[in-house]
Amino acid sequence: MPKQQANWSPYDNNGGSCVAIAGADYCVIAADTRMSTGYNILTRDYSKICKLADKCVMASSGFQADVKALQKHLAARHLIYQHQHNKQMSCPAMAQLLSNTLYYKRFFPYYSFNVLGGLDNEGKGCVFTYDAVGSYEKVGYSSQGSGSTLIMPFLDNQLKSPSPLLLPVQDAVTPLAEAEAVDLVKTVFASASERDIYTGDKLEIVVINADGIRREYMDLRKD
Amino acid sequence: MLANKGVNPPSFRKTGTTIVGLIFQDGVILGADTRATEGPIVCDKNCEKIHYMAPNIYCCGAGTAADTEAVTDMVSSQLQLHRYHTGRESRVVTALTLLKRHLFNYQGYVSAALVLGGVDVTGPHLHTIYPHGSTDTLPFATMGSGSLAAMAVFESKYKEGLTRNEGIELVTEAICSGIFNDLGSGSNVDVCVITKGGKEYLRNHLQPNPRTYTSSKGYSFPKKTEVLLTKIIPLKEKVEIIEGGDAMEE
Repeated sequence: MPKQQANWSPYDNNGGSCVAIAGADYCVIAADTRMSTGYNILTRDYSKICKLADKCVMASSGFQADVKALQKHLAARHLIYQHQHNKQMSCPAMAQLLSNTLYYKRFFPYYSFNVLGGLDNEGKGCVFTYDAVGSYEKVGYSSQGSGSTLIMPFLDNQLKSPSPLLLPVQDAVTPLAEAEAVDLVKTVFASASERDIYTGDKLEIVVINADGIRREYMDLRKD
Repeated sequence: MLANKGVNPPSFRKTGTTIVGLIFQDGVILGADTRATEGPIVCDKNCEKIHYMAPNIYCCGAGTAADTEAVTDMVSSQLQLHRYHTGRESRVVTALTLLKRHLFNYQGYVSAALVLGGVDVTGPHLHTIYPHGSTDTLPFATMGSGSLAAMAVFESKYKEGLTRNEGIELVTEAICSGIFNDLGSGSNVDVCVITKGGKEYLRNHLQPNPRTYTSSKGYSFPKKTEVLLTKIIPLKEKVEIIEGGDAMEE
């Protein structure tokens, strides 16, 4: 009898795209709200964005059950940190925690493709981008998810983040104003919805700046 | 054999499309969405899935685009030659037989799932044709990955003796159901009404999916690629020029 292959998979892909852009004194994080499986839509109104700390927000696409479990884990760890240190976790600190949490499950990964965005201790925007097992990098902007192959080249063209390996050290944050960055995000998602079947329905935009966190919504194609 | 080594054949997948047909009072109405996909990417946002077969017969195609295009073009030509030979208007059953014979011959490898409709001397006809060559004759039909979404609408609202406008409305509703609920279908609704008097091809009858956002300021792109390095190597010194020599032969 030939070797039997497993035809049950613990993973599923719920689709969707996420983007984050870091500015001089702000950070924009956005994700679409469509959750799908195969060719079907499960819901048109699911938030992929989660607030982890005061000035730190994560957007994740991939398998939403794993994403939900990951968010819960990080929220619990943040609470412990607050009890022990009597302060909120900074964005770079949360970035490291997320990386460690993902690598902890190196051999049964969280099927979660994350972008972390927020303000660092000096109030400057920062964006961290991850793979499923915790490899991360501080960047000026990033996209993950089903539409990332469509979105990333356009962001590269418009924002052109310098490599952290270049000398002299160049600033990773974009020179764009906050309103321009939000405009760019809206354009990018409208375009991705045209060509990616898993991206669409509604766009959720979260902007973090010195005044706090602001949320905005925009309609996308529903087909 | 390859399955032993863990290489499984690609799983069967109804490729992205919603196509429908229904019979109404005066003839047949066909409908289709206009999205063509390559996996998860939309490669054509406004393609034509309702193909011409004869002046009184049209065919919607789902499955591999090349296959549906090729098979409908081929049978359309065969029908024209047949019309010249017989001196008569083509019949839907002729197109049906030509298509199903071809598809059966290729044992399902020609991946074309069709909804064939038309009006001839014997009356209005509507058929579905499956990739392996089987056919059904129905009062209303749907095919493609969005067929379940569309059929749900038909099963709820279809009745015999629909008027032209009722029929168009129902077909549009069924295609819209596919467009919005099936990720493999999208963009616009194409409709084709065929009656004894003639046909009416309503291309983009409904366009419920306009682009949601266009930036007011627009975007600019540098007109040339960045110059990273300029290095000019003159080649003249590397060549030795000899005067004279024989002329080339013709």
